[in-house]
Order: sequence, then C-alpha cells, then structure tokens
Amino acid sequence: MTLSMDESRPLFVQIAERIENDIIEGNLPEESQVPSTNQFAAFYQINPATVLKGVNLLVDQEILYKKRGIGMFVATGVRTKIMEKRKEQFYEQYVVSMVKEAGKLGISAEQLTEMIRRGDKEQ
Amino acid sequence: MSTVVELQGLTKAYGKVNAVDNVSFKLEENKIYGLLGRNGAGKTTIMHMITAQLFATSGELKVFGEAPYENARVLNRICFVKESQKYPDNYRVIDVMSIASSLFPNWDQDFADSLVLEFQLPLKRRVKKLSRGMLSAVGIIVGLASRAPLTIFDEPYLGLDAVARSLFYNRLLEDYALHPRTIVLSTHLIDEVSQMLEHVLVIDKGKIIIDEEADALRGRASTIIGTASKVDTFTAGKDVINREPFGGLASVTLLGELSAQEHRQAAEIGLEIAPVSLQQMIVHLTNGKWDRKAEISL
Repeated sequence: MTLSMDESRPLFVQIAERIENDIIEGNLPEESQVPSTNQFAAFYQINPATVLKGVNLLVDQEILYKKRGIGMFVATGVRTKIMEKRKEQFYEQYVVSMVKEAGKLGISAEQLTEMIRRGDKEQ
Repeated sequence: MSTVVELQGLTKAYGKVNAVDNVSFKLEENKIYGLLGRNGAGKTTIMHMITAQLFATSGELKVFGEAPYENARVLNRICFVKESQKYPDNYRVIDVMSIASSLFPNWDQDFADSLVLEFQLPLKRRVKKLSRGMLSAVGIIVGLASRAPLTIFDEPYLGLDAVARSLFYNRLLEDYALHPRTIVLSTHLIDEVSQMLEHVLVIDKGKIIIDEEADALRGRASTIIGTASKVDTFTAGKDVINREPFGGLASVTLLGELSAQEHRQAAEIGLEIAPVSLQQMIVHLTNGKWDRKAEISL
C-alpha cells in the first residue's frame, strides 16, 4: 500500500505528522503502543531508516517514549500538547493567509467573521 | 557504520571513451541505495566492476574491504541480479533455485518457496520457455532469497506487471526489515522506488552527479509557474535546470531549497510553486539540455 506523500517535504517529517494525527484523532490513545518501525515501513512502503527518523523526532519532543525490549508508546498528556502546537500552526497556515486573501477581495473583518459564523452553522 | 563498497577514482575506458569516469563513492552496510541514471550513463559498468565481472582501467575498488577479483570471500557475499541473466538451455526453474541454494550461504528455502507461489512460477518449466515477466521473477526470487550481504538488482523487472512489481517492493522491504543488508537498486522507475531508498546515487555520462540521502533530496527542486516576465525576474540568479515557455506563461524548475521568505514573495506576485519529484528532477538534470557549470551544490 502506498499512501501519497507530499513531494515537497521530507518523508520523516510527514511520518511524524501522521503519528500525531493518529494521536489527535484518538486512533493512538495515550499509553498505547505505536506500530513498530518495520510495520510502518511495510505499510507505507517507506525505507525503515526514514520511518525511524520520524519516530525519533517524536521521541525527542517527548511525545513518544521507548519501553526497552517492547517498543514505542504514546506518552501521557501529549494529546493536548500536540493540539496546542497545531493551533499555533493553524493561525500561521490558515488564518493569516485567509485574512490576506480577504483583504485582496475587499472583504472586511466583520464580513469575514459573519462568513465564518455561516460556515460554522452549515457544518 | 561499516563500509561495504568503496570506489576511489574508478575509471573504465573503452578506447577513448570513459564509460565510467573517475568515480568515487561508498556504500555503507545495511542501507538501500538507488543507482539511477539514463541508459548508457555507466550504471551497469559500475555494477559489473563491483561484482568482479569487469576490470577497471584505473582507480581503486574495495568490496568488503578487499579486491573482489577471484576472491571467494567477497564473491560469496554478493548476489547480482542482472537485467538479462542467461541460464543454461536445459535448466528448469527448479534447477535454478537448487543451484542458487548451493551458491548462497544465507539462502532461505522457505522464503524462496513462498515467493515462487506468490509470483506463480511453474517450477518444472524450462527457463527458456518462460515469458519475459516470469524470467524477471526468477531473478527477483534468487535476489531476495539469497539474502546476500550485498544484493544488487540491475533493472530487475523487465516485463513485470504493476502487481508483480508491487509484490517485489513489499517483500523486499519486509525481508530487509527482518534481515538488514546492503541493497542496490538500479532502475528507471524512480517514482516507484524513491520512498524505499535511503540513499541516492545519480550517474550521468560516467560521472556521479548526486550522492545524497534520499529524504534530504525531497523539496530540493521546485517549479515556479506564472507570467513569464515575473517568473524570470524571480528565478534570475538562481540555479535553473529547466525552462518551458507556454504562451505568456513560463514554468521554470529550480535547484535548491526556497526560503519561507521566497515562498511569500512568490505568492505575493502571484507565482505558483509546485513540488518536483525525484524522477522529474533527475530527468531535468540528465536530459543533456542543462549545462552543468560545476559540481552540483545541493
């Protein structure tokens, strides 16, 4: 199985993001075991060394921790931590560019707020 | 990390032509390498020298720390799967497997048997009666089941369909994870294998032009698309590897990472930035249009 990866960014970063997504969405609850490097490698058809690099990125951020001889586990309390990190990114990635684009089209801050409310209702 | 293969200024000359021209690189233990380049770039010549089937004109070559020629200690540990491997006329598939099992010390018969089933190879059929794809499958099975510390696949899948190729990639990665070894994949299907590679070597006209970690190459090239004049202003002074005009628009491919600031700058003047796959990047670098000024500084 090959999942399409973004060509413009390193794979190990994308592997780390996928694991974070699984934690946020509850597929990997806190204190649960993360699939092994080899399982990841086979599943995504990615070189195991690349997967390991992505996993180690999360170990460095204390999102995952290693139980010797057993494997990698999700640390306690990290779900909130990842969500906080993502909220900052959300501002950078979406809000800033949205406000900029709105400005180009002459949409005022009030109109934009109104649009967001409308979008929220329709969800 | 110990070195399995080391080339130092290796050259192979045919008359006045250097098929391999002063090439130096190292292959480290237990990594998967991609040896990529166009037909006639010198890939197969390099592989033939590493596997002691061809003498170098000059330079130094060490495999497992020794000269490979007529050296059983070295050759026992190499499995070379060639694009057009020849087998004796009267050999059946089962005979090839049995010879392979006696040649390779790490041969795994159970693994070979399961691969024969998965690739649906008729064991009793004569090799010369096999279809092109089946013949490729024989080589792939020998390459995988031999578990040789240095396994080289030179365009192993002529005639193999997408399903069989995918099977090959899956089994290769699974088995590599359990039994790490040095693997060299030489192929033109770069997009298919790029995610599996740990390190990439690109050869062009006998010279190595890229020797880099595969993941680090992602995002190294990008294509800028937009109004021709704006694109040209933005890309001026940068390392342009391809330029295609399209009406009043232009699409220019650049080598080198763009900073966050450059991304913003491009967005502000309405330019689109598209990622470039490893395959596209290599096509641009080796199509002969791009005039290499010096070593690529990646």
